[in-house]
Order: sequence, then structure tokens, then C-alpha cells
Amino acid sequence: MLDLDQWQEILSTIRKNKLRTFLTGFSVAWGIFMLVILLGSGNGLAKGIIYNFSDAKNSIWMGGGQTSTAYGGFNAGRRIELTNEDYEFVDNMYNDIENLSARYGMWGSMISYKNNYGEFDLQAIHPGHQVIEAIKLIDGRLLNNLDIKEYRKVAVIGKLAKEQIFKDEDPIGKYIRIRGIPFLVVGVFDDIHEGETKRLYIPITLAQKTFITKNRVESLSFTAGDATVEEATQMIEKIKSQMAKKHNFDPDDTRAMWSWNALEDYQKMQALFKGINIFVMIIGIFTIIAGIVGVSNIMLIVVKERTKEIGIRKAIGARPSSIIWMILQESILITSIAGYFGLVLGVALIEVVGKAMPASDFFRNPGVDFTMAIGATIMIVVAGAIAGYIPAKKAANIRPVVALHDE
Amino acid sequence: MIRIEKLHKTYVTGSNRLHVLKGIDLNIDSGELISIVGSSGSGKSTLLNVIGILDNYDSGDYYIDDKLIKNMSETKAAWYRNKMIGFVFQSFNLIAFKNAMENVALPLYYQGVARKKRNIIAQEYLEKMGLLEWAEHLPSELSGGQKQRVAIARAMISQPKIILADEPTGALDTQTSYEVMDIFQEVNKAGMTVIIVTHERDISERTDRIIRLTDGIIEQEYKPKKAANYA
Repeated sequence: MLDLDQWQEILSTIRKNKLRTFLTGFSVAWGIFMLVILLGSGNGLAKGIIYNFSDAKNSIWMGGGQTSTAYGGFNAGRRIELTNEDYEFVDNMYNDIENLSARYGMWGSMISYKNNYGEFDLQAIHPGHQVIEAIKLIDGRLLNNLDIKEYRKVAVIGKLAKEQIFKDEDPIGKYIRIRGIPFLVVGVFDDIHEGETKRLYIPITLAQKTFITKNRVESLSFTAGDATVEEATQMIEKIKSQMAKKHNFDPDDTRAMWSWNALEDYQKMQALFKGINIFVMIIGIFTIIAGIVGVSNIMLIVVKERTKEIGIRKAIGARPSSIIWMILQESILITSIAGYFGLVLGVALIEVVGKAMPASDFFRNPGVDFTMAIGATIMIVVAGAIAGYIPAKKAANIRPVVALHDE
Repeated sequence: MIRIEKLHKTYVTGSNRLHVLKGIDLNIDSGELISIVGSSGSGKSTLLNVIGILDNYDSGDYYIDDKLIKNMSETKAAWYRNKMIGFVFQSFNLIAFKNAMENVALPLYYQGVARKKRNIIAQEYLEKMGLLEWAEHLPSELSGGQKQRVAIARAMISQPKIILADEPTGALDTQTSYEVMDIFQEVNKAGMTVIIVTHERDISERTDRIIRLTDGIIEQEYKPKKAANYA
């Protein structure tokens, strides 16, 4: 098989039968090229969807709404407002919940540093919220429990907020004014969701003392550990029914409190993701089949076309095995080189598209599963070899006089 | 050298049976120059194909050097075709995409001779045929006579004991035919057994022995009267 002379014989045959070589190669290269494009696009689509789920996947959010039924002597339409008490209540209710955080958002808060000022999204939080949002620390530190306990006037600012307020200056250890009150900047963070880096986080305890009336919180959020969707839903229901007692609303009133179970959404997305994968796989299989049929067809024609040549070769002393090898090696050589070519071309196109196309929530970072693409190439090569083997074996074993009369 | 006893061959196509060879008995000694003649359909080409192991036969025996050639595997037959027999066809049967030198060298490729070495040998044989300057040309660029000389060089390159030629001058004009026959006579003088199938009288008369086939049997065997002048 690695006989140099044999390869030279094959190469010279290929060189002198360019159209045949091109046609065989093209059908393989095209098949692999399409497959790579398909896999890459599927991947991009899946990544775009998964991207929307960069936050903690097991997080649960809930907050006060507006009652829709009269209950316990109250009219419908009453606002339910959560407080620190509720935060502590939930904290005591479950031992296995993590990162419990109360949050209060203050949009359009005026922030200034020296002569720079602007309106930003200010969020008062517990440290756990930083885990739920899955922010990434770039510089300094995140908020911690001491900040909460000691009512520290510290802020962690997002990357975009930092760029607007500080330009190129190092913000750590500098004081900014938030709604006129000086805060020490202790950290800078990044978030996969770019919009959320135009945000500043401050300790909720301090915010309640300075900016917010009473001890109000807007929402509670936590991560549910290893809980399943059903367990998490049960948790929400249980908390809601407790809150109904505390705040005097109908436990069956769905509008008195809102809640969001990230895990449920995540699983829905995963189902969609699975659907896309199956879709890509089915089309991929058909693409491979089309490639195999194409190569098989060409191999049949090649053997038919070469029957007379086979007869000549046999008449001057070619063994059947050397005839079969000649056809197989040529087929394998052409299909593997063409397959590789299609693979490289497809990957290159995917790369270019990936670079040129702005990332969106539906499509980003298309990439190719190389093992799959190479596996498909090998499949086509093997199929081409098998498709060539059967007629080649037949042609190699017929009597030369018959082969020679073939026109 | 070649011994054929009671050889029969029938072609079966569908429901038609064509009894082509009806009991051939033939002995050919080493170094003979023989022609097989007969009208078309007499079975002369079929006989030559059987001798060249390009075709099989139904009954009887066929020996080369006292070895029975019968129901041979294609692999074994390939060895005989390669080492013992050189075949020259009416339609040349050169491989169209290989140049003259590569065509001549091909039998040596199947003997495992290295590329450089077999190309050198092929050039030697082309030189003998007066075709050295055409070595790099494709068959399509050669005249009929040149193609046939390339084919003869190819048949000779493995130095077989037997050269078989099926109507080698059938596609050539008279002048070229005589040149080709000159070559066969030289080859024969060098010691190879040469068997030529032809329907041309002037070709057969330049051989040592003529075997006339009629309707699948040997009708007549005779030595030609030495003709005076062919050139």
C-alpha cells in the first residue's frame, strides 16, 4: 500500500484524467463543505440561545405585585411590598438555598466624578446577587457581607459605567458621587450581557438608610442548589403561601407576587437546543448520504469507463489484486484530499462569517465540531472505496478478452 | 513449447450456442514463426486468445512447456501473461493517457521493476523499433505503424517465450505491414516463438508454417512456397 512506485502510477493516472478526478473530488468536497457549514451554523444558533443564559441557571426570582382579588378585608389592586422581614423569613425557611439576596433598583441615578456625570442603573443588593448575575470581577473586589453589615459607602461598577465615568483613569480607591453622596469605588466588573455593565452595585443596607424609604426591597432572589424544576417550583409555591399569610393576600392570587424560575426557562431552552441538534443531524446525515451516492455513482462510471484499460493491463500481466488496489487507492486518495479541502474551506468560511457577523442573541461564535466533520469525511472516503471495490473486483476478475471488447 | 489436444470452445449467449473451436490438435515448437489463417468466423482469433490465456476453453488440454493451462485462477494466469506471453492486437490497445515509453514499460511495472530502470529498458526497446524520439508522445500523436511498433515493443519488453499477434497488420497499409512483418521476423530470429493470426495471404506467406482454420477445425497445415521478393 505504501509502495512508492504504485503511488507514482496512481498520481500519473490522476494527472492525466483531470476531469474525472475533479468530478469525484468536487462531489466529496461539496458534501463536506455543506456539512461543515451546516454544523457551524447549528452551533452558532445553539450558542446564541445558550448565551442568553449566562446568569446562574438555578436562580429563582420573586417580588411583590398587585392583588387581583379582594381578600382579608382588603380591596383588590393593593400593592404587595416586600421588606427586610420577608428577606429574613425566607432565609430562615430554607437551609439549602444559597446566595439569597434582596434587591432594589434605582434607574436613572445621577452619578458624577470630577466633571463627568451621567445617569446610570443603580442596584442595591446583597453580595449573593453578584453570583446570581454571574458577573466577572475585572479589578478590585466585589461587595461582601461586611459592606452590608457596616453600611459601607462602597460601589462596584460595571465596565461600561467605568469607561464613561473614569475614561482611562484607574477607578479603584476613587470617590464618586451617587445622588450627591460620595461612595468609594472598590471594584470593576464585566458581564456577558453588555447592557448590564452600565450598572453600579451598592450594599442594600446602606441604600435603605440613604435612598429608600423604610426597609423596602423590590425583589428577592436566590439559587436553589441542585433542586429540580419541580422542587424549585414547589419552593416558590411554599414561599408564596407563607407570604400570603404575612401580607394578607389570597394564596391563589397569581398576581399578588411575581416569580421567575430560571431553571424552567433553561430547560425549555435546552429542549429547543436539542431540537436544533436533531434537525442539524438529520440534514447532516442526508448530506453525507448525498455525498456517498455521488461518489459511488462516479466510481461505478470510472470502473465502467476503465474496463478496456483494465483488460489491457490484465493482458500484459496485471494481477486482479493490483487492479483492485489501483482503483481503490485512486478513489481513496482523491476523496480524502477533496474531503480535507472541503473541510478546510468550510471551516474558513465559518470563521470569516463568525468574525464578520455581529454577535446577536440568536447567532454567535459559529464553530465546528471537528471530530464530527472528520468522521463524516472518513465515512465518505470509506463509502467511496466500498462503492469502487465492488465493480473493481468484478472488472478485475472478468476474462481479459471480454474486458478488451468493452467500448 | 505449445501443445494443444482436442480443444473445444463454445460461446453461449443467451439461448444461442456457438461452437467455435471443434477439436483443435496443434503442436508448436520453440522458435517457430507460425501464421494462423482462415476466413472470419473460422475461430482463429479465439484460438489465439486461448493460447494467450485471455480466454478459457471448455474441453481438451492446453500445455505451455508441459504445464497444463486449464481453469487457471486469474492471479496465476496473470503470471503467465506477464512472463511467458507477449500479445499484439489489431487495434494496438495502448493506454491512451500514457506516453509511448510508459506503455512499453507497463509489463515491467507488474513485475515490480523500479520506475527509472523500466523506463530505461523501455527506451532501449523503442530505439530498436526506431521510435526513441517518440518516447514522450501519447498514442494519439502516433501513426498506426508507430502505434503497432510501440505495442510490439511492449509485448517484447518482458522477454516472453511466445509472441502472439492478432491481425497485427489489419489496421495498417501494405508498406507499414511489411515493416511490421520485418520486425516479427527479427523477433523470431532472436529466438522467440511467434504466432500471427492474419487473413492476409502475403503476411502468412512470410511465416514458416501456415495453419488454416475452417469452421473451427484445422483444415490444412503447410509450409509456404518461398516467395521471391516483398520489398
